[in-house]
Amino acid sequence: MRTWSLRHAALMERLYAGFEAALAAAAPILARIGFARLERPVAAVEGAVKGLLFDCRMCGDCVLSKTGMSCPMNCPKAMRNGPCGGVRANGNCEVYPQMRCVWALAYEGSLRMREGGAIADILPPTNHTLKGSSAWMRLARQKAKAET
Amino acid sequence: MTAAVPHPHDIGADPAAPLVDLPGHSSRGRLERVLRRGEFAVTAELSPPDSANVEDVDERARNFEGWVDGINATDGSGAHCHMSSVAVCAILTRIGYSPVMQISCRDYNRIAIQGNVLGAAALGVGNVLCLTGDGVQCGDQPEAKPVFDLDSISLLSVIRMMRDEGRFLSGRKLTTPPRVFLGAAENPFAPPYEFRPVRLAKKIAAGAQFVQTQYCFDLPMLRTFMTKARDMGLDERCFILVGVGPLASAKAARWMRASVPGVHIPDAVIARLEGAADQRTEGKRICIEMIQALREEPGVAGVHVMAYRQEQKVAEIVHESGVLRGRAPWRRDFVPKLQPVESLEG
Repeated sequence: MRTWSLRHAALMERLYAGFEAALAAAAPILARIGFARLERPVAAVEGAVKGLLFDCRMCGDCVLSKTGMSCPMNCPKAMRNGPCGGVRANGNCEVYPQMRCVWALAYEGSLRMREGGAIADILPPTNHTLKGSSAWMRLARQKAKAET
Repeated sequence: MTAAVPHPHDIGADPAAPLVDLPGHSSRGRLERVLRRGEFAVTAELSPPDSANVEDVDERARNFEGWVDGINATDGSGAHCHMSSVAVCAILTRIGYSPVMQISCRDYNRIAIQGNVLGAAALGVGNVLCLTGDGVQCGDQPEAKPVFDLDSISLLSVIRMMRDEGRFLSGRKLTTPPRVFLGAAENPFAPPYEFRPVRLAKKIAAGAQFVQTQYCFDLPMLRTFMTKARDMGLDERCFILVGVGPLASAKAARWMRASVPGVHIPDAVIARLEGAADQRTEGKRICIEMIQALREEPGVAGVHVMAYRQEQKVAEIVHESGVLRGRAPWRRDFVPKLQPVESLEG
């Protein structure tokens, strides 16, 4: 499924953009219900959906749109800024010889995306305090905050 | 009449020059001076010993003395434990060498790394090479916990922040920032090939001032990479040192290709070794030819010699390749052509 999502990275990108707009629109409603109350159920749904689509690891610090829709947390070295130097000649992972390199997939995914150039952005170190939390709720919270 | 004393700004690459701050330099190290001066630089890789004996470090470094501008001390390479890079580098600075401290993200989190950088700089280490590191499964302790809190690029940006902004990642201020010349690794010989120059550009944007590449045994492949790098102007924004090394035999080459992550050796090279009467000499010859070809390649600022278990061959390889063109890097019995520091003022 992960490779399917990557082959359809352009579709995923559009879906995500639409979803983000919907989240932004819903932000005031979500705020009224209470972000704290929603956090756990939303995180569970998000984990299931993104788990299915991207093998999401729920790092809570989601950067999919900048990594060609290939989840960098699947990289055994958790590389968020590009492939390591150990990628095998067949494009597979140094650590797991049977697995395609997350970043080989990311690069292919980025070529299919309209905003794929974001793969050249430098990402800061992962914020490990966010692990397990919902990136969607974090986004909605930011939008709600921006509006007030 | 006595010879004119050079102006401090013009000290450049002279190995006997005092290690004072120079304008436009990030470190006080000789490696940076040599590169900024436009010389073709040579660095070599030292494998730290499996021992707690300072003599072992001295003995290994002597192999390179007078022939290299920088000595890389690996940091648990291949996920095997040896003496730490920071300790080897500190010993090397005491002798007078110009060490390159390697930091691998595999073994430390951001708190440990930032502390280590301060300590190393305080001990006189002027060059830091930022690596992600081989996975723990390569080593003899695969049960270890892989850390990978940072990756090579975020590591570069963290150290650059410490140096240029004088603060930790948290924003907390440093009273004395580390004066270090920042390096990164690149592997033009691993997929995704088209992405490699983009990745080098990312590393430069994150703070890399020099790069040392993986072993180059495939010149056409390197040239493809360099052409793209030059088109992007990367060779003007950072010093590119290409990795080279002698292959001991066809068998060793096959083993390396299969077992060392990221090493690409074309079949033709292995065939050439197999066809040779003396494989070890042929391996050395291949290495020398590669160095000479790289000397002529536009945008290549130097070579990084990795002669694992053949360290004693490095001096002859550099000498026979002739790449230094008569230039003599630092060694401890060097006779200074310059006067002591005080006389430079006059």
